[in-house]
Amino acid sequence: MTSPKQALAHPASSAEAAPGSQPGAARGAHGRGTPPPEDKSPWRSRLYRWDMKASPYVFIAPFFVIFGAFSLIPLLYTAWYSLHDVQLSSLDTQTWAGLDNYQNLLSSDFFWNALKNTFTIGVISTVPQLMAAIGLAHLLNYRLRGSTVWRVVMLTPYATSVAAATLVFTLLYSWDGGMVNWLLDFVGIDPINWRESDWGSQFAVSSIVIWRWTGYNALIYLAAMQAIPADLYESAAIDGANRWQQFIHVTVPQLRPTILFTVVVSTIGATQLFGEPLLFGGVSGSKGGSEHQYQTLGLYMYDQGWIIGNLGKASAIAWSMFLILLIVAAINLLVTRRLRKSQ
Amino acid sequence: MTTSELTLPQAEPQAGKKRGPSRRVMGAGKQLHAGPVTYLVLAVFALVSLAPLVWTAIAASRTDHRLAETPPPLWFGGNLFKNMQTAWDEAGLGTAMLNSVIVAGAITISTVLFSTLAGFAFAKLRFRFSGFLLLLTIGTMMIPPQLAVVPLYLWMADLGWSNQLQTVILPTLVTAFGTFFMRQYLVQALPSELIEAARVDGASSIRVVWHVVFPAARPAMAVLGLLTFVFAWNDFLWPIIALNQQNPTVQVALNSLGTGYVPDQAVIMAGAFLGTLPLLIAFILFGKQIVGGIMQGAIKG
Repeated sequence: MTSPKQALAHPASSAEAAPGSQPGAARGAHGRGTPPPEDKSPWRSRLYRWDMKASPYVFIAPFFVIFGAFSLIPLLYTAWYSLHDVQLSSLDTQTWAGLDNYQNLLSSDFFWNALKNTFTIGVISTVPQLMAAIGLAHLLNYRLRGSTVWRVVMLTPYATSVAAATLVFTLLYSWDGGMVNWLLDFVGIDPINWRESDWGSQFAVSSIVIWRWTGYNALIYLAAMQAIPADLYESAAIDGANRWQQFIHVTVPQLRPTILFTVVVSTIGATQLFGEPLLFGGVSGSKGGSEHQYQTLGLYMYDQGWIIGNLGKASAIAWSMFLILLIVAAINLLVTRRLRKSQ
Repeated sequence: MTTSELTLPQAEPQAGKKRGPSRRVMGAGKQLHAGPVTYLVLAVFALVSLAPLVWTAIAASRTDHRLAETPPPLWFGGNLFKNMQTAWDEAGLGTAMLNSVIVAGAITISTVLFSTLAGFAFAKLRFRFSGFLLLLTIGTMMIPPQLAVVPLYLWMADLGWSNQLQTVILPTLVTAFGTFFMRQYLVQALPSELIEAARVDGASSIRVVWHVVFPAARPAMAVLGLLTFVFAWNDFLWPIIALNQQNPTVQVALNSLGTGYVPDQAVIMAGAFLGTLPLLIAFILFGKQIVGGIMQGAIKG
């Protein structure tokens, strides 16, 4: 238990045990690019050269093998299956279906509903989350008593899995005896049916995402804030900017690349949103509520593929998600370019 | 002069150098002490972060009947261990915890090992297409896991692997995030002169990795290990497709609980609490390192 902790706390502690090796480093520096000692046999030097050439590829091979086998080839097969009729009940018979699955999707109200829900929930979970995260990061950037403890506390929701968090929030939002409605009652608000109402259920699902990720994003912003040079603030202060103006005119512009990064990551996450609405729905979770009011694309795909059993259609949904992400990424790139040029 | 003697001392000033600047260029906010209002707002954030977890434990110590009543319980009852026992036995949390330890443990060890190798290659070795391959690696992070699950499911069924742990271990043996994380660390923390010095001594690549790269990478490997373990423990989509309640991971067991496997809210909360407990303990022990790792990955990402 203690040894990894020590290693983390003193990354270089073992280094102190081996002093006096500077000569070796110096020799390495002036020996830059020299071949290995000549007394080696030609066979060995050939082996050495081969080792130099091949080792980089050997080192990166595991990643690309795993990526190829479990992401790239499946991705292509998913495209292939999306053009076939593949049923969970008869996996061995796959008949060509052309674009039927896609046509089926485009004419399905559920698909458009899921697309709309994914977008809505994505916006109401991402925008407040990132804004709260910037504010929180700003506070964490003060000189605080026990700053590490504060940071760890803000990150604890991240330790909670989607499943555990959603089970708890579902109970907090429940109609009978739920904590949220009980608290609302104190401030004179009538109980809300978080399960059935349109915006109520979408807000509830979003709040789980916000709860889990705000602290994580705050730490990312905090890291970026700490890299902002102090003289920028000093010159702003000399120009008479108050703290709020400094935040708006120094901090936020300096954070722009980080903000874009978190927007991209959150968008990818929002497009795939699945576990929260699934478990929020309880027994018939894959439908996303009695009126499909919080059925996202990820959930729709799972429902079509593994509950209804139409894996071909599920493949088509997966590829639609991917295409949507690519479009969003392209828009993002354009916006980033535009912003850079305008600077 | 052996390579192991060469490696370590160099890593020391380098690591110090890496941390130095960030401390000097702290934003202006850092120079000001926090006032009472700051502490108050932070306390509200902390309350919102922690309250659902504390309340999970409170709900887990009550009865199903009590949880349906208003007002909701605000303090612990006496049924915590009884409910945890039920979750452990009837909801399969016992098997699930063991399975999750195996799955997350295997994924962590393999991801850290392979990511370090690949990260080292991208950071310090020169080879054709290295820039392109690194970009490709980063680009793969954009691909949603949904794009792979249908074929994976069909193949695993073909192999007769349905419901076996290797189905959820194999696809995640090494990640793009881990590779990039280690690359970013090693670019700074591992001086190229060390590798060259070892090369001059005729060290093979394996010796260089063992005696130069691993010692220099150790702090980042530990942090990546923690982050990977959290990720693997909480992974949801593919496990609930590939596994079922017969041989679940923790997330699969929690999913079963959520869909009415044991229709008792207090037991469900006990399951959620048990399933989160290992990571909460990890956060208490290594919270500082996990926070550091996320912040470190962020600056460079």
